[in-house]
Amino acid sequence: MEERALEWDYEIEGKDFRNAGKVSSKIKEILKELGFEPDFVRGVAIASYEAEMNVVCHAQKGTLHFFILPEALRIVVKDRGPGIPDIDLAMQEGYSTASLEIREMGFGAGMGLPNMKKNTDELNIVSTVGEGTIVEMVIRPPRSREGVG
Amino acid sequence: MQLWEIKGILEAELLWEPVDLQLEIEMAEAADLMSDVLTQSIGGELLLTGLVNSHVIRTAEMVDIKAIVFVHDKRPDEKTIALAKLKGVPLLATRLFLFEACARLAMRGLTGSSGTIW
Repeated sequence: MEERALEWDYEIEGKDFRNAGKVSSKIKEILKELGFEPDFVRGVAIASYEAEMNVVCHAQKGTLHFFILPEALRIVVKDRGPGIPDIDLAMQEGYSTASLEIREMGFGAGMGLPNMKKNTDELNIVSTVGEGTIVEMVIRPPRSREGVG
Repeated sequence: MQLWEIKGILEAELLWEPVDLQLEIEMAEAADLMSDVLTQSIGGELLLTGLVNSHVIRTAEMVDIKAIVFVHDKRPDEKTIALAKLKGVPLLATRLFLFEACARLAMRGLTGSSGTIW
């Protein structure tokens, strides 16, 4: 059978808290419909949602590109925003620059990037202060039961 | 423990209907910080919270929370309730404070993800 990549593009609006999470919800629905394991789908949805919320909370706008490749899923989130001056610091659990407004909504605990790392196989971040951030996440599905062991 | 038992123990009301009151709940967690829910849930829990915005529903959707209890007589707005209905997440509201709601459920045998209270 011919194998080709499936891909989707979504726009994310900064500060649009009412619609925040819609993109990750779609990704979750796509993966469920395609029959991926629930625990795997959950991990992808969490990583995607954390990335989406980062754009909503911190950037002016962004895009999320979602690819299903034969060997892995790839999510690339690009935003136009303030950028991350110190990525190592941002990766530390508990470090956050979130506003009070964001914290009152139950976010901004400084767990977003560490949680993306926890739920992905690869996490790459490139950021330019004053321009924006690109986050790339690669998640490999567990091997199917057939053919294993 | 089934949802109808939880509703009775917490003297709670359903915020949208119809829901499956025989929904089986095996464990619970309590948090006002959705960041904590996103890092600590293992899926399938009942979430007790004092936060009532739409991100509670979105977060619940992402981590496969089975049902949500809003404590201290707090109510989400209609759009948030509509989102929960769309996603099939039952919502309960109780006048109890968070600690009391958790204590009542724990005393009746509901545990957290560790499977034990002690």
